[in-house]
Formats: sequence, structure tokens, C-alpha cells
Amino acid sequence: MADAAFTAEFAQAQRVEARRYALGRLGVYAFLGFFAILYLLPLLVVVANSFREMPEITQNGLIAFPRSFSFKAWPNAWAHYCVQGTCEGVHRNFYNSLIMTVPATLVSTMLGAINGYVLSKWRFRGSEALFVCMTLGVFMPGQVALMPWAFILGRLHLSNSVYGLMFVHCVQGLSFTTLFCRNYYLSIPDDLIKAARIDGAGFWRIFFKIVLPLSPPILIVTVIWQFTGIWNEYLFGVVFTGGTQQPITASLVSLATTVMNARAYDVTAAAVLIGALPPLLIYLFGGKYFVRGLTQGAIK
Amino acid sequence: MSDKATLTIRAVRKRFGPVEVLKGINLEAGAGEFVALVGPSGCGKSTLLAMIAGLETIAEGEIRIDGRLVNAVPPKDRDIAMVFQSYALYPTMTARRNITFGMESRGVPKAEQDAAVKRVAGLLQIEPLLGRKPGQLSGGQRQRVAMGRALVRDPKLFLFDEPLSNLDAKLRVDMRTEIKKLHQRVGKTTVYVTHDQIEAMTLASRIAVMHQGAIQQFDEPAVVYARPANMFVAGFMGSPSMNFMPATLVDVEGRPAARVALDGGGSVDLPLGFTPARRPAKVILGVRPEHLFRFDAELKARKPWLASLTAPVELVEPTGAETMAILKLGERDIVGRFDPDGAPRLGEVLPLGIDMSHACLFDCADETLIPRVAA
Repeated sequence: MADAAFTAEFAQAQRVEARRYALGRLGVYAFLGFFAILYLLPLLVVVANSFREMPEITQNGLIAFPRSFSFKAWPNAWAHYCVQGTCEGVHRNFYNSLIMTVPATLVSTMLGAINGYVLSKWRFRGSEALFVCMTLGVFMPGQVALMPWAFILGRLHLSNSVYGLMFVHCVQGLSFTTLFCRNYYLSIPDDLIKAARIDGAGFWRIFFKIVLPLSPPILIVTVIWQFTGIWNEYLFGVVFTGGTQQPITASLVSLATTVMNARAYDVTAAAVLIGALPPLLIYLFGGKYFVRGLTQGAIK
Repeated sequence: MSDKATLTIRAVRKRFGPVEVLKGINLEAGAGEFVALVGPSGCGKSTLLAMIAGLETIAEGEIRIDGRLVNAVPPKDRDIAMVFQSYALYPTMTARRNITFGMESRGVPKAEQDAAVKRVAGLLQIEPLLGRKPGQLSGGQRQRVAMGRALVRDPKLFLFDEPLSNLDAKLRVDMRTEIKKLHQRVGKTTVYVTHDQIEAMTLASRIAVMHQGAIQQFDEPAVVYARPANMFVAGFMGSPSMNFMPATLVDVEGRPAARVALDGGGSVDLPLGFTPARRPAKVILGVRPEHLFRFDAELKARKPWLASLTAPVELVEPTGAETMAILKLGERDIVGRFDPDGAPRLGEVLPLGIDMSHACLFDCADETLIPRVAA
């Protein structure tokens, strides 16, 4: 009897507890959901506009529930829309961005890995000072480097060229990639390097056979960081290149500010999305490694 | 310096900035010898090993391996193999690749590599583990693979850097036995760094006890244990440590004796079982715990130099095989190691017998051992 009373009381307490927990959860989800929607709203507007027809946009306004549906804006933005007199859309600029970003990402990541390897495993007199100097680049704003780069690109005959931009980004990225890789390599025990040296492996063999196979976590982080950084970079693109040599970030601005005809919001929206797609895909596929890699040192 | 020595170290010094970590090391290991470098952390033993391996530069002095001066020779050309405390197995490679990595680097033909792996894997009984990566191996298995990697090279000199420190107590004892067996079978000259004096005692044919960058004593284990060169060695080797008692040297009935002061101004004379070569005014008497006994007449008949006194029992620590007891002698606590049968009981005033024939005398001034006059 007493037992039953106790059990009932216990069950009652349990129900109250369960309800409180559910309510708490609901609050958390509502809170997070609200901010997620708030954050995603601009994207939703852009996505919606890229599938609307132009007359409907002008009639109902930019921010309105879509009442028409069309794919027209996408091929238009890709290949036909006229910007500054040429009617080729943004596809050329998209390719420019690819040509610039992919090699610059790979080269700066690889050089960063080698730098990090030297600065962590083959220290020499002054290597710490050198490392500090290199990481100063992390804090250097891009506009400080504009004039020197203009001078160098001119000397190299790489002005107004996507290859010139590629070169700039290879070098500009080194501070970050070196910092990332060097700090990651600190966690690789020195004994491994010593053992390999006794085993007769030299500088490069140790790098390629032992250090590099241990590097995927940090290389993924570095590649994502570099790819999105270089792809989204605007300042150098707009200053050092024009017209058909521009990367997509710069051309999007030309496209949006062109005043030759009425603003084509549908095409602009589609072009913006085309420009945002590659970094988005990179995050989608590499995101979990990115988070894992960034927190690697912290949790171990 | 003998020409037969596999390893000769002469007047080696090392500084890290203002800190002198090695202060003129002289050491020699004969062919097939097992030399243990033992000492507390920071004594320079690992630095010395790294210098033998070529992982640290040699600024002063010389190191020879098999007669060849190796000061400027890179590690890979010194014909050495090393086992690390952290095992240092390459994490992305299988055990087999870990073992063959060195041979690959040196361009040994594939068939020869396979034969070598087979031989070593058989020796260490690691055949079933060859396909696994280090992450899939237990600590003891990793240690075996690491030893395999060293053995496969068939070097002139084996270097071990605290190889058992990362293992749990039970496994450490097992692996210690294995290393000893392995050394007996392979017979290679070995330098073994450890901070564990028991490892040094059990494994080595000679022990170099290091402290503050200098070798305190370099001799056979039994000698290092029984006749420690100074108080540091005496205190470091052996657990529990040797008991030290300040004393003065006196003559009792024409025989030398150590007079140890007791509480309240009294003193006790312990006749020495030997004649000291020097007689400084103040000495330190050193007695190992196992030379303390419960006194009885029968024991006295067997051990003529058993000094007799009484000491109250402060603390009793049974370990199973033996019982440690802390006794009060004068102002000092002394530790005795007793047979559990007839071990001291707490609160008892123990009739204590000290076997003085094994006692050591140290000069109070410089803490060095006072030699005995040969009987």
C-alpha cells in the first residue's frame, strides 16, 4: 500500500519532470530556429528572386512572396547578360575565379605545409623569429599590400591578368597556411622524426612518408579556409583586373551597378548564387572536417 | 681506451645556453656489453644517449663507435638502432612497414626485407600483428614492434631510451625479462637509459649512475649496490634507500667502531666489520635496510659482525614478501627490511641487529665512500 503510494508519487514527479524538460527543449529550438530563419532570410529572398520573372518582381517588389516561376534568369546570368558592353554573362568570370582559386589554394596550402614542417621540426637559429614575422601577415590588412603588389605585378607583366591574381593569392595565403600547419605539426611527436632520421630518411622522405600522411585534418582545414578566402576576395580582384580578366566577385559588382538598362534583379540574384555556389559546396562536403580540424588541438 | 670497445665516449660536454648538462663524460662499452645509464630526471642521461645517436651535436669531446670517430656522422650512418620511450612508431604505417621503413630508406632489396621481417617477427613473436597499425596495438605490442624495428637493422649498437616507462607495472616486469632474454640471444652492445634503478640492476652488465651532468660511478651492478662511490649513488640505488647515520670513528677494544649518537645525549658503538682506509673526524654510516635483523644469539653465531642494540618500532609496512619497519635510532628514522616471520610489531622495542660487515662509511666532508683496507 505504502509502496503503491510511493510509486504513484514518483510517477507523478516523473511526469512533471518530463514536461518541464519538453518545454525547455521547445524553448531552445524556438530560440535557435528564430535566429536561423533571421540569418537565412536574405538568402531566401535571393533564391526566390532568381526563380521569379522580372515583370512580377517589378510589380510586387523585391521582397515579396513569389507568384511566378522561371529558370530564365540562370542561363541568362551564366552566358548572355550584358555587362559593360559584352553580352556573355558571368561564366567567363566564374572560370577566372576557378583558374585563380584552385591553383592558389593548392600552392599556398602545400607551401604552408612545408613551411610548417620546417618551422616545427627542423628549427634553426632564428626560426622562431621568422615564424613570428610570417604570422604578422595574418594581421595585415589587404589594402596595405595594394601598392606593393601593383608595383610587383607591373614588373612581372601580370597586371590585369587572372594569373597575376593567382600569384598574389599564393603569397598572401602563406601566413595563414604556415600558421595552421606549423601549429598542427607541433602535436606530432619529435621522436617520430628522430626515429625516421635514425632509419635513414632525409628531409623530404620524412615529410612525404611520415608528416604528410598525418596531415589530412589540417590540410582539409587549410584548403577550405584558403578556397573560400580566395574565392570571396574582392579588393585585389577589382583593383588589379578589369573586364574579362575579373574574378566573379568583382564582376558581380559591375553587374549590379551597371546602369545601361533597368536593374535585372532576377539575373543579379542568379549570378550571385552562381558566385556563391563553390564555397557553399566546399563547406557542405568539408564542413565536418573543418570543425573537427579547428578543434583538434583543443580536445585531442 | 681499449680497441675492443664498441662504444667509447671521451670528455664529452654539452651546454644548452648557460646550462651545462654534461660535464665531461667518459664511458666505454665493450662488445656485447649492456650498459645502463641511470639517474634522476635532468641528470643528462637522455642527452648523452641522443648524442650517441647523433640527434644532438657534440661540441666538445669525442664519441667513437667501433673505433670510428662519429662526432660528425649523421644518425643513419652510425650503424645504431634506437627504441624510444614513446615507441615512436609511424602511426600511418602497419607494423610491417614500420619495421621495413629503414630498409626501404636504405634501398635494401624487397626479398631481403621480407626475410629480415620474418626473422625479427619470429624472434619477438609478433607475426600476427604485422598487418596492424600502431593504433590497433596495445602498449606491450607497440613496444615489441618498436624493438623489432631496431632489431631488424642488425646494428653495432642498440640504444634504449626509457623503453618501459610507458607500460603498466606488471607488463614492465615482463618486458624487462624479455629485453634481458633478447640481449642474451642477440648479444649486441646496448646502452639503456632508465630512471628506474631496478631496471638498471636487473639488466645491465655495467651501470653508469649519473647526477647533475656527471657520472658518479661506473661499475658492475653488484659493486654499485654494495660499494656505492658516494652518498648520492648509495641513496639512489636500492629501495627503500640506504639508511644514513652521522657517526664518529672510535676504537673499542682495539677494533674500529662507529659511534652513533642517540636521543638524550647517549650513544651506541657499532663495531665495524672492516678497517677503514681513512679516519676523518666525522663520518656517515650507511646501512642498507636488508642488513637490519631481529637480534638473536643464533643469528649472532652465523653473523659475527652483528652489532646489537635496541630500537622502538614507529611504523610497520607489510608488502607480503617482506615487511618494512621504520625504527627510531637516535634522532633518526631508519628503515629495515624484515622477513614477515618475526617481523617487528608496532610499539615494540626491537632488539635490533645490524650486520656491520656490509656497512658503508662516507666522509662527512665530501660524501665519498671511505675505502676499506683489504683484509
